Amino acid sequence: MAAGVAAWLPFARAAAIGWMPVANLPMPIAPTNKNKHQDELIILNVSGRRFQTWRNTLDRYPDTLLGSSEKEFFFNEETREYFFDRDPDVFRSILNFYRTGKLHYPRYECISAYDEELAFFGIIPEIISDCCYEEYKDRKRENAERLMDDLEDNKDSKLPNMTFRETMWRAFENPHTSTMALVFYYVTGFFIAISVITNVVETVPCGYMPNQRDIPCGERYTEAFFCMDTACVMIFTVEYLMRLFAAPSRYRFMRSVMSIIDVVAILPYYIGLVMTNNEDVSGAFVTLRVFRVFRIFKFSRHSQGLRILGYTLKSCASELGFLLFSLTMAIIIFATVMFYAEKGSSSSKFTSIPASFWYTIVTMTTLGYGDMVPKTIAGKIFGSICSLSGVLVIALPVPVIVSNFSRIYHQNQRADKRRAQKVQKARLSRMRISKSGSSSAFLHSKRNGLNQSLELTGSLEEDQQLKKTTSLLESQHHHLLHCLEKTTNHEFVDERLYEQGYMQTALQNFPSQSPSLSSEEGITGTCCSRRTKKSMQPLSATHTHSHTHNLQELSALHIQCGERQALNTSRSSLNLMSDESGSLNCKSSGLVTTAIITIPTPPSNNSRASPDAPPPPNPDAPPLPNPGNDVVKISAL
Amino acid sequence: MPPASMLIILELFCSSCKDSVEDELELSAARHRPEALEQLEAQTRFSRKELQILYRGFKNECPSGVVNEDTFKEIYSQFFPQGDASTYAHFLFDAFDTDHNGSVSFEDFVMGLSILLRGTVQEKLNWAFNLYDINKDGYITKEEMLDIIKSIYDMMGKCTYPTLKEETPRQHVEIFFQKMDKNRDGVVTIDEFIDCCQNDENIMKSMQLFENVI
Repeated sequence: MAAGVAAWLPFARAAAIGWMPVANLPMPIAPTNKNKHQDELIILNVSGRRFQTWRNTLDRYPDTLLGSSEKEFFFNEETREYFFDRDPDVFRSILNFYRTGKLHYPRYECISAYDEELAFFGIIPEIISDCCYEEYKDRKRENAERLMDDLEDNKDSKLPNMTFRETMWRAFENPHTSTMALVFYYVTGFFIAISVITNVVETVPCGYMPNQRDIPCGERYTEAFFCMDTACVMIFTVEYLMRLFAAPSRYRFMRSVMSIIDVVAILPYYIGLVMTNNEDVSGAFVTLRVFRVFRIFKFSRHSQGLRILGYTLKSCASELGFLLFSLTMAIIIFATVMFYAEKGSSSSKFTSIPASFWYTIVTMTTLGYGDMVPKTIAGKIFGSICSLSGVLVIALPVPVIVSNFSRIYHQNQRADKRRAQKVQKARLSRMRISKSGSSSAFLHSKRNGLNQSLELTGSLEEDQQLKKTTSLLESQHHHLLHCLEKTTNHEFVDERLYEQGYMQTALQNFPSQSPSLSSEEGITGTCCSRRTKKSMQPLSATHTHSHTHNLQELSALHIQCGERQALNTSRSSLNLMSDESGSLNCKSSGLVTTAIITIPTPPSNNSRASPDAPPPPNPDAPPLPNPGNDVVKISAL
Repeated sequence: MPPASMLIILELFCSSCKDSVEDELELSAARHRPEALEQLEAQTRFSRKELQILYRGFKNECPSGVVNEDTFKEIYSQFFPQGDASTYAHFLFDAFDTDHNGSVSFEDFVMGLSILLRGTVQEKLNWAFNLYDINKDGYITKEEMLDIIKSIYDMMGKCTYPTLKEETPRQHVEIFFQKMDKNRDGVVTIDEFIDCCQNDENIMKSMQLFENVI
């Protein structure tokens, strides 16, 4: 129940008078406000700064330090105030939480100091309201990462117990860990650069042979280039094999992007080795050399920025895809139009629609090579429209990619996003739990027997003892819900039990065999002021329909028993009584509970039970010595 | 297509303009100040201190000074998390909103509470009759009663034991009419109602239940 509406509880209770004429059962007794001090101001002295508030304000959240009796530990007798030796600035937010029901996180506060204060005052951070929650979570994550980085740095220097393989893997992943790793890092980087430069220089024409045209350097110094290439590929192969050996999960390593790039980088060389002298496939051999350019992607291990760029493109894939699609549509439309417009002119380069694609693309990207030019007037008009619209269409994707890149750059890693999503789910579930806590609190207190069904004729003494554990507000709220149960003559159960009961009632459509009793329950109940709370929990499949029957029989037996005790057939007493089935007194509650628990009977027994139901009982009959057993017998037949 | 994208951009721009105008109108919400404390003290049976406590709670939840029906439903629903309290809250709202202007001010609120908590049994029964009589014509018909009782059962929600059946509210209405409708004319008048309730021991007792709420 939210805090603010605690002030409206008196109104809700007063409005419950509207149910009274409709109810057929008498209502339970209201919990009394024993310590009825008028609403008083209390002073909270936090490190010298005095805050004052009503006592009721603090009582709204009884599971925090200020709302519970825990604050009495901080009560200062001489000054008649509560003294807390904590930060007064943060306390401001905490007190506002009691006042308004919303917890805010001030931006200037340090996150760990704030967390400590929340922990001290017993407030869970998940209830920070939505306006401040993002900020709080971001700061917390940054802090956690910083702590983890510190931890890792410390960790790296220790850990003597890692195997050689693990050391190697860590050296590969974090070059800063040891000197060897750093050396290895720079050596591989150097050789990647050498390899790329070699590939480039290979194609540069250098020098003149006296009677031939200039040849590229690659053909002039073939051995030198071949040696360089071999050396680089050897280094890369060794590196790849070492990584493969050190990887914790070889299969996963082999599937990763970086290792695929490695393989693609070195494979052409080996393929080339295998088929050097075969003239037929030399064409294919040449093509394979193109793949050597993939060696440049090996640099992405060395550069964080490159990785982020790659990730950005991958995450923008949907936007880029949509853009490509709309571009394609535009190109097709304009190409068609240009083709038909230029069809008439002679010697037109627009020989077909696919041929016009080239013109459209060149025009829309404002390149304008000029190799294809419209000659008709219509063609020129449509051509100009094409180039104008091209500017707009091309300008659209750029902000998308830029914004995506900056967004990702700020968010940093994809792992963090996933972590944040998990935390969001956890947060929502915790909030849901605390919200549903109010409804389950009622059921919970019923289970604990705190909601003794006190009719107006019942006794008050038992009630007093049991009320200590719940706050007054809670007990009043529970009393309200209890009145509603009485008005409608149905009980709240929680979902699980409801599902059970529902499915079992569906399974066994057992007609009620003594309809008269059930319908007259209310009336006979009123007369005899006996209440059988229909709160039997279906403990097993057999009991669901036995309940109504048992109730009727048991109600008869209650009357026989002659007890005027208030009945408590709530679930907890079911649990309690099962432990003490030996010590039965003639408490009607005991009767009901043990009867239900000790019977593992199949449903067929009920058919035998009902005919044996006792006739309308004689209230003057003497109490049976151990009616529990009788009840058990009847139901166990 | 480029022209289409331009059109889309123009539309978005226009709709955002419209939204800002509508937002401004909402800002000037109703503000209400209640009558003076002395007047309320004279009109109701609450003491000064009690009125102070009531007002503070009221104002905390409704800073504007009036409760409209949606806020009312929201507040009332928080007390019944398992079921749907909105229909019953609607009837309650109508009962509290005595001048039928669509909002409950602090005066309405406190007058209603005064009757419920400090009134005579006669007054309380009157109030209850007014609550049940949805169209305020002086008679409670079976349909009105059925609506009221259905809304009460709605507050229980789905997860009850025994499971709520379709005909349970109707049966409840039948019991009620059997008790209350003396001349069997199908409606319950205020006199029948008060008469019958005064003769019913249980109802009398439960009317006194919430004496000490404030």
